[in-house]
Amino acid sequence: MSSTSNTNEQKNNTIAVEPADNELPGHTIVLGGTVPLKLASGQYLGPFTVAYQTYGTLNSEKSNAILVCHALTGDQFAAEKHPITGNAGWWDMVIGPGLPINTNDYFVICMNVLGGCMGTSGPKDINPETKKRYGLDFPIITITDMVAVQKLVIDYLGIAKLFCVTGGSMGAMQVLEWSSRYPEKVFCAIPIAGSARHSAQNIAFHEVGRQAIMADPDWHDGNYYEHDALPHRGLSVARMAAHITYMSDSALHRKFGRELQDRSDVSYGFDADFQIESYLRHQGSTFVERFDANSYLYTTRAMDYFDIAAEHNGILAASFGETSVKFCLISFTSDWLFPTSESRLIVHALNAVAASVSFVEIETDAGHDAFLLNEPEFFSILSGFLSGAAEQRGLRRVKID
Amino acid sequence: MQRVADMINPGSRVLDIGCGDGALLDYLVHYKQVDGRGIELSQEGVNRSVSLGLAVVQGDAEADLKNYPSDAFDYVILSQTLQSIYEVRITLNELLRIGHHAIVSFPNFGYWRVLYDLLVKGRSPISEKLPYVWCDSPNIRFCTMTDFVTLAEDMEFTIDRVVSINHSGRATSRKSVGRWTNWFAEESIYLLSRKN
Repeated sequence: MSSTSNTNEQKNNTIAVEPADNELPGHTIVLGGTVPLKLASGQYLGPFTVAYQTYGTLNSEKSNAILVCHALTGDQFAAEKHPITGNAGWWDMVIGPGLPINTNDYFVICMNVLGGCMGTSGPKDINPETKKRYGLDFPIITITDMVAVQKLVIDYLGIAKLFCVTGGSMGAMQVLEWSSRYPEKVFCAIPIAGSARHSAQNIAFHEVGRQAIMADPDWHDGNYYEHDALPHRGLSVARMAAHITYMSDSALHRKFGRELQDRSDVSYGFDADFQIESYLRHQGSTFVERFDANSYLYTTRAMDYFDIAAEHNGILAASFGETSVKFCLISFTSDWLFPTSESRLIVHALNAVAASVSFVEIETDAGHDAFLLNEPEFFSILSGFLSGAAEQRGLRRVKID
Repeated sequence: MQRVADMINPGSRVLDIGCGDGALLDYLVHYKQVDGRGIELSQEGVNRSVSLGLAVVQGDAEADLKNYPSDAFDYVILSQTLQSIYEVRITLNELLRIGHHAIVSFPNFGYWRVLYDLLVKGRSPISEKLPYVWCDSPNIRFCTMTDFVTLAEDMEFTIDRVVSINHSGRATSRKSVGRWTNWFAEESIYLLSRKN
């Protein structure tokens, strides 16, 4: 009974409209208009907008779709010039014709996460009830909520089963959530540089970032939109601190060492004497131009709350059950934010349920960010695993006319 | 490799421990349609296997087998790895806890050339199958075919089949191991199962 009424509710709920005033390229749909989405917190959200991009062609059986989940500060523009920054897409080297995620073979979907504010609803957007921007009135969201929203969109696209779900870092959390919550909808899963729960150290780093934002007087308790202000100092510091955690000590030393920035001697002051300081300041200031500060609070919080075993009395293996999903976990040797040991815990849990699992640790000094960089070994693992899985899925090449 | 593959029924579930670059698994997946998994210690081997599309994890036979549930596989393969296992009894028990059958292969220390090196030359043997100088060798267990059969009987395993392979690569399938077999086999493969 309840499942039938749920299905009907879902049907009404996924009647989507293309908003006329969409300034960003790509697709948007409005969901939760008739029946709001119940969030993990118990609060309800709706209507809300989801923005997504697609690359490649969906085959007639709708069996070649790959959902790419972006990381904390990524967005749906994974494989194209970013409409705001003008930079190449964050997975430009991975998604495309002839690339590891080959768009001649696969149909790639990348959605901006719930709370992401790059077209998908978040604290920057107008609350339909108050006609004012949400700010901190936006409900707290979780990885579970992000994935629940993605599933609504996948259902709307008529895709019964995703060929693959993949992503790095926060993207890997979404991959694990998909595999655990909707295993029947996932053929294979590639969580990259991820973990089954956010560690105390990682929560600590996030808290530093959030405190920096909230300590900025321009934050105005999250209502900076009303004050025509932006907490760019706070957000910039948050980004600078976070950026350090994405790199390894040896890579920092290799790139910057103790080299000075445009000077032959130290200034005996607090200017950015060192190249690393100048680099971080640049990272901070460019980030502010594209990312909403409240969105940063919400998405970091979603990661902090992630603990996939929590619903299963802390038993990670129970999160996956007797799963038919084929997993490929990838970690990087110099990643100290999401170290290999975190991936290995997941591998052990998957072994315990005799799941089909591949696990590779890539040797690199690039740190956590390695999944965004040119790592040939990583790329060959990605494409190799995908073609093996495609063979098992019975996928044939999409004909391009 | 072909001798091991011949022991496996098509469509079964197989765990290959120490799967190297995945050659055997790849063969089994494609020609015997098995549901194959692998464990490999060397990262290079793992990466090659996964690039072939195989379900292989980086791990250690002795440390990681305990994570697998009982009866998860029809066959668990331990190829050319026994000689470097520390806890032999525990590992063999694990193989037959996880799998209905275990396939174990190792270089035979009872092979006459090995014995000749020891007896006549007075040197620790170095051969194609045992290529290491004693002090650099990862091999810590020197086991003959007769030794293994005795252990298997002691552990109450059933030996369903023994294959001995001589220096020219000729394989002979046997029911039991006599002195001559032990003498002339350079390598041996065993198909084991639990006594019920």
